Parts: sequence; C-alpha cells; structure tokens
Amino acid sequence: MDKKKMSGPQELLDREDNWVTDRGAWFVGERVVLRGHDMFSELFDRSWVEIWYFSITGRFFLKNQIDLFQRLWVICTSYPEPRIWNNRVAALTGTARSTAMLGLAAGTAVSEGKIYGGQANLGSVEFIVRARDLIKNNGLTLGEVVESEIKTSRGFPTGFGRPIINNDERVPHALRLAKELGLDDGEHLKLALEIEQFLERKRYRAKLNIGGLTAALCADQGISAKEFYYAAGVIYSAGMMACYTDAAEKPAGTFFPLSCERIDYEGTSRREWEN
Amino acid sequence: MSEKKEVIHTKIWNETPESDNPFAAAVCECAGFDVYGDLLGKISWIEYLYLLFKLEPPSKEQARLLEGIAVAIANPGPRDLSVRAAMNGGVGGSLSASCLMAALGPGAGAFGGGHEVTSFMALWNRGERDLEKWREAVTEHLNSEVVEVWPETTHIPGFDPYGASCSNVVLQTLKYLADIGVGESLVWLETNRLKLEGVAASPLTMVGVAAATFIDLEFNADQAEMLFLLLRLPGAAAHALEQKEHGWRKYPFFGDGLTLTDDPGPVAE
Repeated sequence: MDKKKMSGPQELLDREDNWVTDRGAWFVGERVVLRGHDMFSELFDRSWVEIWYFSITGRFFLKNQIDLFQRLWVICTSYPEPRIWNNRVAALTGTARSTAMLGLAAGTAVSEGKIYGGQANLGSVEFIVRARDLIKNNGLTLGEVVESEIKTSRGFPTGFGRPIINNDERVPHALRLAKELGLDDGEHLKLALEIEQFLERKRYRAKLNIGGLTAALCADQGISAKEFYYAAGVIYSAGMMACYTDAAEKPAGTFFPLSCERIDYEGTSRREWEN
Repeated sequence: MSEKKEVIHTKIWNETPESDNPFAAAVCECAGFDVYGDLLGKISWIEYLYLLFKLEPPSKEQARLLEGIAVAIANPGPRDLSVRAAMNGGVGGSLSASCLMAALGPGAGAFGGGHEVTSFMALWNRGERDLEKWREAVTEHLNSEVVEVWPETTHIPGFDPYGASCSNVVLQTLKYLADIGVGESLVWLETNRLKLEGVAASPLTMVGVAAATFIDLEFNADQAEMLFLLLRLPGAAAHALEQKEHGWRKYPFFGDGLTLTDDPGPVAE
C-alpha cells in the first residue's frame, strides 16, 4: 500500500489573512497600484484597452499594436446580431425584462463556446504557435502538421472552418487593417495563410476564419494562447448590448416567441406514472 | 417568413396548446408523463429531477441515492468558495441572480467544483476499479498537458491536497450512500478508500463521493457536472440572503490581509 505522507493544511494556515500579490492593491482613500504602476499618475493617460492588456500580460504594447487589438474587436466581434447564440442570450434577457448586467454576464459566459468564442480562441493561438514551432524547430512540413492535427482532433485545426458558412466576411477587412498598421508581416500570419492554401488544395472546406486570423495576428505581437483567451473575454460586449437594448425597448416577450407547435417531441409516447 | 418553421427537437418535453392560444400550453408532458395531470402530487422533486435527465423513472434506491447526494452537497457551507462568491453578491446588495451566477463561477472550477467532478469521472474510468490501473491513471493525469480554458491544477481530482485525513462528513456521506447499494462504485470506493488516498497522498473529498454517486446512478460526465452545479446552489442562495441582511460591515474584508510586493509607493504631487 502506498504510504505517502499527506500534505495537510499547512499551506492554508500560512495563507490565512495573508494574500501576497504583485498585481496591485487599493490603498484606501489614497492611491491604487496596478502591476507596480500608480493608477493616478503613471497610468493616468492610458486608454482602457491598454490597461486591459497590461492587466492581463504585465506588458505595455506599441500604439499600432493596441490599435490592432481594439479595432479587431470592432470589426470582428461587435456584431449586433441577436441570432448569434451568445448575443441571443442578451436579447432573451432584454425581452424577459431582466437586467442589462445579467444579460451581459450571461452572454459573456456563453461566449466561452467550443465552436466559437472562448474555447476556440484559446485553441486557435495554441494551434498556430504549436504549428510554427513544429515546422521551425522540429523539422516537420506544413502538410504533416495539418494532417496530423486533422487526424488527432477529428476536425479541422482550430481557427479554420466556420459554423453556418465556410467563408468569413471579416477576413479581408482584418487583413486590410493589419496592413494599414504595418503588422501584416508576422510569421504566424504567414503560416495561417499558407495552411489555408494547403487546406484548399486538399479540397477541405475549411478556410481561415476570423478567430484563426486574429489569433495569428496577436501571436505575432507576442500574445500567448492564454493571454489571447483572457483578452477576448469582453470582445463581444458591444454587440450584446445592442441586442439587449433592442429587445428591452420592444414589448416584453416578443423576441422570436415560440408557439407550442415549435416543439418537435421525439420521445416516449404518453404513459402513466406508477408509484 | 419561411413555410417550414424551425423547431426545437426534444425527447424531454412535449406540449399541447390551448385551443385559443398557440403560445399557452394546456398539457405538458415530460418523457411521456403528463406533468400537471399525473406527476404533480405523485412524485417527489428528486424523482422528477432524475426523470428530466434520464427520461425514465428512477427505482426507489436510485431516487434515495440521488436524494442523499442532493442533501449532502446542498450546502457546502459559508467557507466554500462558491458560497463565498454568492455571499459577496449578498453583502454588496447585488441581485439574487447575480448571487447564484457568482456561486457558479468558482463552483464550476477544477478545484472543488463541477469540473473536478468530470475529471474524477475520467480518472475513475481509466482506473477501472483496479488499484494498479488507478495508480497509472493518477500518474497520467499529473503529467497530462492539455491546453484548455480550465486553469491547471496539480492535485488529484476528488482528493484534498490540503487534507490531513478524510473528514468525518465525507466518511459519513460515503457510508450512507454506499449502504443504499446502487451500483458498485461507492462500495468499491469505501472499501479501497485508504489505498486510493495512499496513491493520491491526500484524503477523499465530497467531490469524489459525489462523482462516484453519479457514476453509480449511470449519469454521464456532462450530466454529473450539471447536477453537481445545480444541487450545490441552495446553500449559496440561503447564505447570500443571510449576508445581504447582515451587510458588508459584518462580513470579512481581510483588511490587513493583503501584502503588495510590487509597490512604487506614494507618488509625489
């Protein structure tokens, strides 16, 4: 029998009323520090987006990089489209006459999807960074990396293909933005576009989607998979609020109401409960 | 509008509309049972919960087992991370829904939350009630490098990395649930608990007991996770309301508890 010694609660005892941090603190009635910088002086002139990325990464980015991040989140994820699943949560919350913050919080939580949003965002950077590493440092060909990914994941590499439609209307605009800001020559972006061409040659219906493209662009700015995932936590908010306010301003309960006949029951036929 | 309307496909629920309003239900059926004409007054809430997830009535023992774990985890107590989150909603005067949503944040986690239930079940499946396989599964779990949205944990799912021995409440729950005699997991867990704790170098937790219960009830990992999240909310709700009454002044703020290691100090005017 294994007789390893149990750790016991010492670490919890050490931490009781004792949180040690380098991330920041509020000095009551006096000042605020974020990652070693005074909020009211050193960070006073920074934009909210700069603070958002600094809070997550501990790094400050160049102006064109911050422009890239925030403008990507304008054209890529601020869709005021209430049929998209996370936005629909915000709209349902509005039509149910619930509060804006509950709608936003619930919609944001739902944004952590697998086929889009949070999980896909994380996977997109993870894949493109890993693919580059395998090709550059492990001598694999692009084809080997992609085929192996398709085999192991039983799907397309994350960042390629799209639910509902294969083509992504945002891609040319995001590429135009990157070019305008002089940030279109990174290795991850180049690789992502080459992978798209490879998939096309092999007749896979999986074009580079906006998640894959933004992931590659951000990876080129030194953003890790986790940082990208964290930073993308709020990028759907603008679209959601449009959906919420629209539904909240219209008569209650009228957002795509469903009549009884819209339930297609496929279960067991009528029966009686026996105690 | 299109001719053919899109529909919700379901094996759970059917509705017959009122003759004068297609948006009002006259009859609602759950898995074939008339909810308001037959089930109401006949079945317990726990039986209904089981029916919703499994689409078949539970046996008496299954209902007793689900009720047992529901009572055991209904209130993890005010020191629990999920309940603390709910109480933070309460003391600040946040909405009731905010308190429940707050509880679900930490309550979903890989340390003490819903995700740990699914991790334990994955470990259990690999362990196949065989100590040697269990040992291999634990090593594999500790060495796995899956990139996912859940933050990394270094403990064995279902076991307390800060524990000194298995707590009395866990032992009491495990014994009660194992004695009901549904499935073999709880019994095997009770019989082999000390050996498993030796492998994990940490004592069994309520998460492990809950996960084993869901395995014996033949819930899959997604169902188990959902039930774990749901069944722990009553305590969070009650504690949030209690602290809302007390207010923030009577609630811990850890006023002297924080040490900042990277402090530039006051900036000169």
